[in-house]
Amino acid sequence: MPKTYDAIIVGGGHNGLVCAAYLAKAGKKVLVLEKQHVLGGAASTDEPFPGFKFSLYSYVVSLFRPHIIRELDLPSHGLEIIPLECSFLPLPDGDSLCRWADPNLTRREIARFSQKDAEVYPEFGMAMMKMAYFVKRIIDAPAPDPLSNSPAELINLLRLGRYLSSFGPDVMYQQFKMLTMSAVDFLDEWFESDILKAPMSVSGIIGTFLGVRSPGTAYVLLHHYMGEIDGAFRAWGFAKGGTGGVSLACGSAARAFGAEIRTKAKVEKFIIKNGSCDGVVLENGEEIHAQSVFSCLDPHRTFFKMAGEEHFDDDFIRQLKRYKLRGSSGKVNLAVDRFPDFSCRPGDGAHVRGDIAIAPSIDYLERAYDEAKYGDFSRRPYINVVIPSLVDPSVAPPGKHVVSCFVQYAPYDIKEGPEHWPERKEAFGDAVVDTLAEYCPTLKDSILYRQIHTPWDMERDIGLTEGNIFQGELSLEQLLFLRPAVGWSRYRTPLKNLWVCGSAAHPGGGLMGSPGELAAKTYLGSLKGPQ
Amino acid sequence: MPVPTPFHSRTSECCTSLLYKDWAGYYAVRSYDTYPEREYFAIRHAAGLIDVTPLFKCEVYGAGAAAFLSQIMVRNIAKLKVGQVAYCCWCDGRGKVIDDGTVARIDDTYFRVTSNWPSVAWLSRFSRGVEVTIEDSTHNIGALAIQGPYSREVAKIVSDIDVGELGFFWTTPSRIDGVDVHISRTGYTGDLGYEIWVDKKYAVKVWDAVMSAGKGYGLLPAGLDAMDITRIEAGYLLNGVDYYNANHCIIESRKSTPYELGFGWMVKLKRGSFVGRDALVVEKSRGPQRLLVGLHIDWDEHAALFAEHGLPPEIASAAWRTSIPVYGESGEQIGYANSGTWSPILKKNLALATVKAPFGKEGSKLRFEVTVEYERRTVTATVVKKPFFDPERKRA
Ligand SMILES: Cc1cc2nc3c(=O)[nH]c(=O)nc-3n(C[C@H](O)[C@H](O)[C@H](O)COP(=O)(O)OP(=O)(O)OC[C@H]3O[C@@H](n4cnc5c(N)ncnc54)[C@H](O)[C@@H]3O)c2cc1C
Repeated sequence: MPKTYDAIIVGGGHNGLVCAAYLAKAGKKVLVLEKQHVLGGAASTDEPFPGFKFSLYSYVVSLFRPHIIRELDLPSHGLEIIPLECSFLPLPDGDSLCRWADPNLTRREIARFSQKDAEVYPEFGMAMMKMAYFVKRIIDAPAPDPLSNSPAELINLLRLGRYLSSFGPDVMYQQFKMLTMSAVDFLDEWFESDILKAPMSVSGIIGTFLGVRSPGTAYVLLHHYMGEIDGAFRAWGFAKGGTGGVSLACGSAARAFGAEIRTKAKVEKFIIKNGSCDGVVLENGEEIHAQSVFSCLDPHRTFFKMAGEEHFDDDFIRQLKRYKLRGSSGKVNLAVDRFPDFSCRPGDGAHVRGDIAIAPSIDYLERAYDEAKYGDFSRRPYINVVIPSLVDPSVAPPGKHVVSCFVQYAPYDIKEGPEHWPERKEAFGDAVVDTLAEYCPTLKDSILYRQIHTPWDMERDIGLTEGNIFQGELSLEQLLFLRPAVGWSRYRTPLKNLWVCGSAAHPGGGLMGSPGELAAKTYLGSLKGPQ
Repeated sequence: MPVPTPFHSRTSECCTSLLYKDWAGYYAVRSYDTYPEREYFAIRHAAGLIDVTPLFKCEVYGAGAAAFLSQIMVRNIAKLKVGQVAYCCWCDGRGKVIDDGTVARIDDTYFRVTSNWPSVAWLSRFSRGVEVTIEDSTHNIGALAIQGPYSREVAKIVSDIDVGELGFFWTTPSRIDGVDVHISRTGYTGDLGYEIWVDKKYAVKVWDAVMSAGKGYGLLPAGLDAMDITRIEAGYLLNGVDYYNANHCIIESRKSTPYELGFGWMVKLKRGSFVGRDALVVEKSRGPQRLLVGLHIDWDEHAALFAEHGLPPEIASAAWRTSIPVYGESGEQIGYANSGTWSPILKKNLALATVKAPFGKEGSKLRFEVTVEYERRTVTATVVKKPFFDPERKRA
């Protein structure tokens, strides 16, 4: 049987597209198969209501690795990122807190709640930046593997160790603490004001089924400080035209290097012959063959649905069954006919041109989690709101706006059973709108169209098992050399010629491009001979 | 002491940062916010409104105006159709550039010249016996630039003519909120954009109309710091920074020819005599001795130097204007860069540099000085084509 492609990439998520671009750049004949009509998966833009472009799921960009942007020349393929101006926390009592790029302004804002916190805040940022700087080393390379006996691995680990210790004992100490503590405990060591800690702690729980007081959540805080736009270690931004803009730029780069990309092409199964993955079968029965297959899907889909358990040994399957997907987030996108004015700080100034957190206190966040623990969505959830149309007129008609709400908690496993989500969906949407309307009284009357994504919807639409936004929680036990399974963090799988290139691989979820890049580079390296 | 522009009552309301600079004797907003970022992004993604009143303006009119300007400018101005605008430079008798700017043919016998320095005296030197009047109008006219991808939508709303029909580098009379203005499809940002010229008496009315039309399109007032980033991305030179007015130079080596500055395409030698022509014929056949080129400064190397110290890479948060040495591969200095910026839209570190001609070929690898933790180091800089940023919408 003649092989038609060097590589088929299953799933046109941004990682699949990055992977395709690198492979095609290296001269490989590549085909990307995406089931949806738009590219990007969790990072896609669509226009479900005329004139309004929604970032369907993912809504802010910051982790995307700058060297990938350069190596694929993504700006020339339309990638444009507009920085967020502010982190705004409206409070129910009519007060509010804004954290700006301007450090003096921020200090004055925080000082209204705690003079001490105001002074420590920049020092905290510096400490986190130092740690993020260390972590970045880990992100930009395949995961170090402490279980390996290979001399190259050991040297690599030694180097990392030496690098970490070069930051001095303080950073090392903080780093170890972060690995074990809860976000709130960690922040307690620095700050006294709840008003400051609440919105900061939420970065620890994004995409996990944990609360801000659950151990291990401190580590994920770091992600907030790893953002890098233009070499500056801070900024978060909007992709022009919606988050899908990132994926479209990756897709355009891949095409320019010669990759073929098909949308509305759902893969049904891998073709496996004599213990080797030889290609794929599409939903419509079409068979396509390739030397190698790269899966941008989560491990459950890749190994259980697309390949089949029978091809893997018990230990591997056991590990994957333990791999936590537990979706806990939802997304509500609104098209509104006027600017949603916040009563605590009216006007469409810089304060609303960033991210807006509905996270008024740590207890509020814990209560939201409590409801989820017992199988319900939060009545008063944590919401991360952005209004990208304020800075990017291309996403809404003049004077009208797009309001994007990332919501936690919306557990996949509601007590009625996940298949009952369709009946609960509108109630979930109402809870989000009601919560937000407490801060924006005009919101409800201004809604022209509402789009709700529950974890159940995300599983059905973009194949995120249990709706987990990161294709698996970013908790410590499933990061680094443990992602997705011990011994298989290097993009290969136990099945010959099957590779993984999505967020389920190191370094994990978020709009980074790294899994796709590292998968491609590892594969290309393997062609040059044994490692 | 600088004086306010006719828009000052409005710009000062918005300028919460109080960051002003002296631009040609006027108070000009450097940046409305503490950082120019927001204004920059408005120009590149939505629209920015820039008060460019301090730009020198000069009205040249009379039966002899067209022939007169053709005698001074390196381009054949007489060929401009009514409503057309030309970007060009003008030289002294030795072919050294005095200034660059735009010449708009507003009427058959009426022209408006914009420049970085006052130009009445220079133009008047050549007016003896010509039927032409030359008047400085800088202080009578307020000028606003609406720049960015949504500038056309904003201009369409405010203007009584179909701005969509106005071609790149054309100008037309129009009315905004009952006020007579000229709108030209010009600017200094390298983006889609328009400039509005209005009698200073009605300046505020026009500002208000434009701001209110821009509400739905993310229009923001933008200052000079933001404009400086965009003009470098667009590869536009600034007289007084990237090169010098020949009349202001103490030493000969500071003066530049159009061929050195990349203005060679404007120079029409075949059309007979004009100021500096003979010298330019010689310069052209000899070839320029140095070249003003665009540089991409290698970011990975830049970051690596900082990483040696355990630091994240540092860059200026706005465009810079200090002269930085540029070296050849063997370490000898072969030129200097007088302005540069990190380009947020291209994700590249850019500079405009003057280098010895043999080093100015596209693709040449040079060394660019970077100061890292108090040490002078160098990184690779590659000569690239200008403009660095050239979106289709600019001309479309
Ligand atoms: C609601 C939400 C909000 C988020 N917010 C942010 C954020 O603000 N910032 C951030 O950095 N990250 C965010 N994330 C995470 C981030 O978006 C993801 O980690 C990232 O986009 C995953 O990219 P990927 O390419 O690895 O996988 P995916 O985007 O999951 O790509 C998988 C692709 O495979 C396709 N597919 C599935 N099954 C098949 C099949 N059978 N055949 C063919 N194709 C198939 C899917 O349609 C999809 O396009 C968010 C995620 C979600 C869900």
